[in-house]
Amino acid sequence: MATQHSRTAARLMISPAVILLLAWMIVPLALTIYFSFLRYNLLMPGTEAWTGWTNYYYFVTDPSFTDAIWNTLALVGGVLIITVGGGTLFALLLDRPMWGQGIVRILVIAPFFVMPTVSGLVWKNMFMNPVNGIFGHIATSFGFEPFDFFGQAPMASIIWIVSWQWLPFATLILLTALQSLDSEQLEAAEMDGASWLNRFWFIMLPHLARAITVVILIQTIFLLSIFAEILVTTNGGPGTATTNLTYLIYVQSLLQYDVGAGSAGGVIAIILANIVAIFLMRMIGKNLDA
Amino acid sequence: MARAVSNREKTVTTIVAWTLGILMFFPILWIAILSLKTEVDAIRGPIEVLTSGWTTESYGAVQARSDYFKHFTNSVVIALGSTLLGLLIAVPAAWAMAFVPAKRTKNVLMWMLSTKMLPPVGVLIPIYLIFRDTGLLDTRTGLVIVLMLINLPIIIWMLYTYFREIPGEILEAARMDGASLRKEVLYVLTPMAVPGIASTVLLNVILAWNEAFWTLNLTASKAAPLTAFIASYSSPEGLFYAKLSAASVMAIAPILIIGWFSQKQLVRGLTFGAVK
Amino acid sequence: MHLRSTLVSASVMALVAGGALAEELTIATVNNSDMIIMQELSSKWEEATGNTLNWVVLEENVLRQRVTTDIATNGGSFDIVTIGAYEAPIWGAQGWLVALDDLGDAYNYDDIFEPVLNGLSADGTLYAVPFYAESSFTFYRKDLFDAAGVELPDGQMTYDQFAEIVAKVHDPDNGVFGTCQRGKAGWGENMAFVGPLVNAFGGRWFDMDWKPTIDSDAWHNAVTYYVDLMNEFGPPGATANGHNENRALFADGKCATWVDATSAAGYIFNPDESSVADKTDFFQAPKQVTDKGTGWFWAWALAIPKSSQKADAAKNFLAWSTSEDYVNLVGETKGWVAAPPGTRKSTYENQAYLDAAPFAKTVENSILAANPADATLEPVPYTGVQFVAIPEFQGIGNYVGQQIAAALAGQMTVDEALKNSQQFAEREMAKAGYPK
Repeated sequence: MATQHSRTAARLMISPAVILLLAWMIVPLALTIYFSFLRYNLLMPGTEAWTGWTNYYYFVTDPSFTDAIWNTLALVGGVLIITVGGGTLFALLLDRPMWGQGIVRILVIAPFFVMPTVSGLVWKNMFMNPVNGIFGHIATSFGFEPFDFFGQAPMASIIWIVSWQWLPFATLILLTALQSLDSEQLEAAEMDGASWLNRFWFIMLPHLARAITVVILIQTIFLLSIFAEILVTTNGGPGTATTNLTYLIYVQSLLQYDVGAGSAGGVIAIILANIVAIFLMRMIGKNLDA
Repeated sequence: MARAVSNREKTVTTIVAWTLGILMFFPILWIAILSLKTEVDAIRGPIEVLTSGWTTESYGAVQARSDYFKHFTNSVVIALGSTLLGLLIAVPAAWAMAFVPAKRTKNVLMWMLSTKMLPPVGVLIPIYLIFRDTGLLDTRTGLVIVLMLINLPIIIWMLYTYFREIPGEILEAARMDGASLRKEVLYVLTPMAVPGIASTVLLNVILAWNEAFWTLNLTASKAAPLTAFIASYSSPEGLFYAKLSAASVMAIAPILIIGWFSQKQLVRGLTFGAVK
Repeated sequence: MHLRSTLVSASVMALVAGGALAEELTIATVNNSDMIIMQELSSKWEEATGNTLNWVVLEENVLRQRVTTDIATNGGSFDIVTIGAYEAPIWGAQGWLVALDDLGDAYNYDDIFEPVLNGLSADGTLYAVPFYAESSFTFYRKDLFDAAGVELPDGQMTYDQFAEIVAKVHDPDNGVFGTCQRGKAGWGENMAFVGPLVNAFGGRWFDMDWKPTIDSDAWHNAVTYYVDLMNEFGPPGATANGHNENRALFADGKCATWVDATSAAGYIFNPDESSVADKTDFFQAPKQVTDKGTGWFWAWALAIPKSSQKADAAKNFLAWSTSEDYVNLVGETKGWVAAPPGTRKSTYENQAYLDAAPFAKTVENSILAANPADATLEPVPYTGVQFVAIPEFQGIGNYVGQQIAAALAGQMTVDEALKNSQQFAEREMAKAGYPK
């Protein structure tokens, strides 16, 4: 169907987007790579000098670096497990007949609209604060010692907050996918005596596979660069307990103003993100082509 | 489902679903309640909070400190502006990818998505320097451009999945009738894609509204949107729960209401081609 | 290249030529109560001069990052910035700030406390004018001390004595914790308390060769003391508590003792804000092996970035907002107890202020006694009580703050925290090319 004419036209139509994104990627990237080989601290102007790989050396050998990698993986993994698992359960539940389904859906989707900064602040102060937060009040009124969420379980608390924001997203996609499932197929299986678990495992789950992949892809893109929630709650601490890669780069380039080291971190993060992207592409490509 | 369901089963489902729904929504409900309390009442236990008196003084205090409507206007302009500008660039690109697929289309698409993984904190200084030299610091134009670029990959991908569902035969027919490419896009394709475009717009308005890194770091006062408005309440002196709640409600309410009213379109958009 | 700057200066010139001088200034400030009052009262200045102010009110850490980025890149987003005693001399020496030695004949420089002026100057030039200044001292609850039969020792007590007293007044069953101290990580948060504590225990950040000494016995003793004290007698979740959180806790009657900024006294002793206004008293911050550097020195000050195109109007605002008249204006409209403290002799000679602020004399003495040039038992190559006045300190201070917060949360031992801190400090100093 594609003629030579339409091919040329297509190229013309696609090029603004490609050129813009290329510029958006390449200009900052080129500057970042350039800075990453400089000794460049914003607070010490005039001392810029070529340093070769020094910034990379310091960034990678920084004891926080390994922690940051593991924290990033824990954060992304934890949130994915909770949102995909919880989202599937929510979707199965919401797919069943009930009264007021529309309102329940409105209630469930609401956290998705909340700014990350706001949700971090609200959970930190109004809920998880051990003295004035609602959990603290409840614990105290039952005679328990209030739990210090950000001191004792900092990463779990962040995962919790982020999951709260992303659970609606997963639920809605999975619910839509579930609703598109041919109900006759399920009924036939039920009449053949397949248990609910079997129906779920052999009919629903394969049907959801594609939707789950999309949830994982989109969420990973956003979760790799989680920042605001950490900034307003734990500032990456205590210690490095909640410092992910994005936050570590923030510390280097915007708290220590070491643009050189921050840029080196940025380059490393881009490389790691692309490894993840290639991995995801393989996975998605298989599922989306179908 | 066609299957008959007993009323008992339906009741149980309803109770469980409503409980979970209310739990999910509870944090938002709770700040709405706290925002209508005095600062002293707002830090009390839940029962004392519910039984104490109501007041709107926190909203007044927040408004007195920072002009809500200025920030609100900036948020609206930035969110809508970046989405519409993005649409302008994305529609042709997505069209081309969907109807004239080349060998590398999929790779280009994935590459576009991967630009979203660029950690913003790592490139703030370069962008800041560029903005300084082009006079874009603290301007809405600057933010419209940056947010457009950040969300462009998502816009393209969403549109691409919609366009792919439009049967190619219709386009062929239009082409047979001698429609030019421009007419084809304008009169045949776009109307069919309106629902898809609508949901794309919605999702991107939400993403742009909630973006908190660039909007805070590239603005000072003139172009500062609601994310900057919230930043002054993160850890102030004295008691601040009621004021923080009021500011939070003011910041999230507009997008929450829009989201609720348009959730059907949004849900359809969110599937990213996952559901056929 | 500076397109907007050119446009702006062109329009300014047009305005000047037209005879009108109304300027729009962008001012970045921190979200504490003194600055909120300034924002409210500044409408008087706007009316008097015809200028307008655009306020950017941010939390301290966000403010510092935002302002530093803009000033260091010469961004020109702000005409007036709020900076601290740490930044003022470093940035002044860097050539980023407009010198403020010429705020007009009416501006009474001689009235400003000498140490405050010195702390905001570099090489004898003043680069920021003080809005308020503070040292640290101990707030305590008289009523609880009396009930527990605690008698204060004469003179400055030691931290050991302090711990004994804290144990006596600790009463969590009635919602009162023995002590509240900063636990939130950051060089301006927990390290502001830990720094003077280390000084008191005889420690220092660097030796004369700029070698970090964070793994020394003095540091070990001080941090162990801090962690034990807080775990035993502090409120839960202390790693989230900075100055503002503790201030709210103390004002709400949840703490028996609190070593923190003297500037908080205006809030704690204000019955509108605090439920313990008539039950609170204060004494010097404790000492231990030495009494040197036991109270910190800090000032919030206003400065004008070199990149501002409107320095004249900005100077006019600075002269107004840090003047005696402004202090009087706050006293008369907001109550004398809320007047910005610690900067001007005239404030401390004003009977109305002395009557409203029982803490005035102690605050004045603490500020005059704080000596950033001689704050440690052993000699050091740097100045600063709770900070080290070099650009590298922020990074090191933040990291050490995080490690100590981790020790406080029980995620690592004090030894591990200090070992990590020492390693980090050594790396950073090597990276920055010390010893210079």
